[in-house]
Amino acid sequence: MAESLDIKRSPAGGMGVGGVEDGRRAPALGAPPSPATGPAAEHSEVMTVNIGPHHPATHGVLRLVVDLEGEVVKDLRPIIGYVHTGIEKSCEDKSYWKVIPFVERMDYVSYFFQMEAFCGAVERMIELEIPPRARYLRTIFLELNRIHSHLVWLGTTALDLGAISMLWYCFRERDRILDLFEMAAGQRMHTRYFQVGGVIEDIPLGFERKLREFVADMPVRVSQYQALLDRNEVFLSRTKGTGIVSRERLLELGVTGPLLRAAGEPWDLRKAFDYLAYPEMDFKIPVGTVGDNYDRYRVRVAEMVESTRIIEQALDALPEGPFIADDRKYVLPPRSELSTSMESLIHHFKLVTEGYRVGPGELYYAIESPRGELGCFVLADGSAKPARVHFRDPSFVNLQAFRDMSVDGYVADMICSLGMLDPILGGVDR
Amino acid sequence: MPDAPGLELIRGEIEQDHPGAVLDTGFEHGCASLAIDPAHVLGVLGWLRDAPGQGYRFLSSLHAADYLPATPRFAVHYELLNRDRVERIRVKALLADPAWSAGPVAAGDPPPLPVAKASSGTVPPTAPPAGEALPEIDSCCELFPTAEFQEREAYDFFGIVFNGHPDLTRILLPEDYVGWPQRRDFPVGGEPVTFTYNERAYG
Repeated sequence: MAESLDIKRSPAGGMGVGGVEDGRRAPALGAPPSPATGPAAEHSEVMTVNIGPHHPATHGVLRLVVDLEGEVVKDLRPIIGYVHTGIEKSCEDKSYWKVIPFVERMDYVSYFFQMEAFCGAVERMIELEIPPRARYLRTIFLELNRIHSHLVWLGTTALDLGAISMLWYCFRERDRILDLFEMAAGQRMHTRYFQVGGVIEDIPLGFERKLREFVADMPVRVSQYQALLDRNEVFLSRTKGTGIVSRERLLELGVTGPLLRAAGEPWDLRKAFDYLAYPEMDFKIPVGTVGDNYDRYRVRVAEMVESTRIIEQALDALPEGPFIADDRKYVLPPRSELSTSMESLIHHFKLVTEGYRVGPGELYYAIESPRGELGCFVLADGSAKPARVHFRDPSFVNLQAFRDMSVDGYVADMICSLGMLDPILGGVDR
Repeated sequence: MPDAPGLELIRGEIEQDHPGAVLDTGFEHGCASLAIDPAHVLGVLGWLRDAPGQGYRFLSSLHAADYLPATPRFAVHYELLNRDRVERIRVKALLADPAWSAGPVAAGDPPPLPVAKASSGTVPPTAPPAGEALPEIDSCCELFPTAEFQEREAYDFFGIVFNGHPDLTRILLPEDYVGWPQRRDFPVGGEPVTFTYNERAYG
């Protein structure tokens, strides 16, 4: 990237037609009148400021070129690609089962969702049905991961707004989730727990008790977070009325997830589409009203409580039976059979060395990640390696709304909006 | 998803306004797709978005794919979604590779592998290389503003030019990068890795 600041901007400001002239931006509560409208307006001039790529408030390696007039953001352009690692290209050189740990590392906070998007897409292509216990286990781990992701978001965003203790409280609970991941999969992050056909191992003894303790504690913890933030004067004046984008504009920009729901649109792929055990679960979709940063906070916090409800129901209804499909052409045979059965040994050898083949075809499979619609497009050419793996990452698409959220607001509100947007730059850049 | 007869109805109605637009229909793994002529892409997308009874108003994803041995070689996929009926439909605009059709090496032979060059700091931005024939298609940013970043990504990795895009530049790769790395004929590992000991060789 050219490191000069005089970046040429496109006539449309680089973000298409901006709906910023309708004056919907209100100054923050208790803030002085905007300098743009004050008497100093004629004397102020636009200054271009570079923020990032290494900046604690950008939540990753995001660079922002911001045009400031005084303290008011006049234009903004996100520059991304600093952590592009070519994961999609590397996947083309790996057999299907080796792709799973790769895609986990795209959005490094919601790794279970990347696994589910990829494994689900491949399962639909080879028409492999996963056993009921695997469906429920996947649902449990996805929802645990959703809480984990929202905790990381809440801790870091509240830290941006000056609520330092929130970070410690959120990461305390996050650590309990990571302990659960470690107990079931052996890894705290990037667990590679989901397999094509199910999950790699059944949950161990004692897991259910620990998980039930966590699920019982979590709503109490969430109410403690809310007691700290919901009526906090500083937090309210920073979040209320800032970063508003209308529902129609968000839909035009393809924004999904909590950002869209905060604007009052009850759109959730878990309800809309039929996947995993979600049709059997009873849960609500939290929505906001005006779509400001406060609504975004409230929606995510409410989602954490809904996720605990889903986990509880899935645990209660967890079916007995196999945790992975019994199709030896795609699924590794159990370890115990390898020393007694020649056929199992051959299957194991073929699966590990060559991998399984997927017939020619293409498929787009989308699930609801903590940030919105996470889609996985897989193109198979009949060989043991995918011809293309593409992820429609919600952070990447949602980032387009950042200009609309920030223009004509204060630069401090821009930092708040960026936190509430919750982009994970590993997912943006892939 | 529209079922197979529904897809044929859609095809018939598009054909009334845009004869020759739909090349093929497909139905696999429970997902309907329309293969279209890239010249009519805005007409077809606009019709699917606005026509009464269609209402695919949400563009979930836009991505490109390279079907290398096949012709036409490239496709731009538009994953459209009707959020009221919860139906998806995929529109595939098939794009021929102008570089290949201009001078085929031999029938069935893939074109020679491009040599990826690491750019030194002094070389001015050279993308796209002068004279390189790139596949072109109309940008749908007016219809779906969400396509802006995703069309830039498709341009970045496949070298597909979206005419009418407000700011068609590389998005994830450096501005001075040469080559289209997600094309199938671009080798994995084609990008040399710079270490201290080979710094001089690659800059």
